[in-house]
Amino acid sequence: MFGFSFRPKKPSTAQTAKERLQILLAHERANGDTPDFLPMLQRDILEVVRKHMQIDGDAVDIKLERSDDLSSLEINIEMPSTSSRKT
Amino acid sequence: MSKVIVVTSGKGGVGKTTSSAAISAGLAMRGHKTVVIDFDVGLRNLDMIMGCERRVVFDFINVIQGDAKLKQALIKDRRLENLYVLPTSQTRDKDALTKEGVKAVLDELREEFDYIVCDSPAGIERGAHLAMYYADEAVVVTNPEVSSVRDSDRVLGLLNSKTFLAEKGDGSAVKAQLLLTRFDAQRSAAGEMMSVQDVLEILAIPLLGIIPESTSVLKASNEGQPVILDDTSGAGKAYVDAVGRLIGEQIEMRVNAGEQKRGFFQRLLGRTA
Repeated sequence: MFGFSFRPKKPSTAQTAKERLQILLAHERANGDTPDFLPMLQRDILEVVRKHMQIDGDAVDIKLERSDDLSSLEINIEMPSTSSRKT
Repeated sequence: MSKVIVVTSGKGGVGKTTSSAAISAGLAMRGHKTVVIDFDVGLRNLDMIMGCERRVVFDFINVIQGDAKLKQALIKDRRLENLYVLPTSQTRDKDALTKEGVKAVLDELREEFDYIVCDSPAGIERGAHLAMYYADEAVVVTNPEVSSVRDSDRVLGLLNSKTFLAEKGDGSAVKAQLLLTRFDAQRSAAGEMMSVQDVLEILAIPLLGIIPESTSVLKASNEGQPVILDDTSGAGKAYVDAVGRLIGEQIEMRVNAGEQKRGFFQRLLGRTA
């Protein structure tokens, strides 16, 4: 009771701050000053998909989630309800 | 009718981003659909204070330049239903902001949101100018310290002359209110710090709130939580009051202590709450 507790130790907020910065800065330093590639990626995907089917300009949605050891890029392409294939 | 509120100060480091995060979260907690926009192009930080830095894909500049749709750039807060963050670009510079671009984005946001909170960068250059330009109201964040008060006075001059409302020339003006931050009642009482009345006398604008100097502000920023969500925090409670006044409620002005000193038993048990 005196001086210690049985509860698992929560990381201090300072530790949390340091870890958040380490993850973020690792990404920012790696990407440097290169222009944002995501808008370009989105345009390219749109172009490729349009070769094969008709979709709207805003039918491609890109999401990015970063964590310490893994980043995931989620690309959603909204298909037209009646898939109108180009011939 | 939606409202655009700029959080500005002139001087850096006085608590603009902390206040923007707290005020926008406070408005959302009261059920108002709110978006907070980072205007500090190239030095993005609102995302860290809001704790959404890992979820930034597109940003304000992408939207202005037509590279992304607004709904792609808006980040929905995971704690509060009505809260959204519009982050800025970390790689571009402030020249990417244009008056027309900012207007177009704000007009689109006005259709959907009750409150649009603009987190201004420090200084009085392009970013700060555009953050305040279309504002209906301003929260002027000031520390009870000579350079901060002087810079706030300069910013008040700009709000009265270099904004859309001021330039209309029909007598309309941006409604500016003072948010006094990092206030220490003990030091003020001891005469080591200007009093609330001293600052009000100099700046001559209505007082929105007094945020006490508080250790919980750093803790909140460490964790990426707006400090208003910490109901044990004196600063958090003071922001709750300030948000109430911002939406027109009559709330008695009180100077909260930062935090209660931990009592003997709490220290003995090592409690950090």
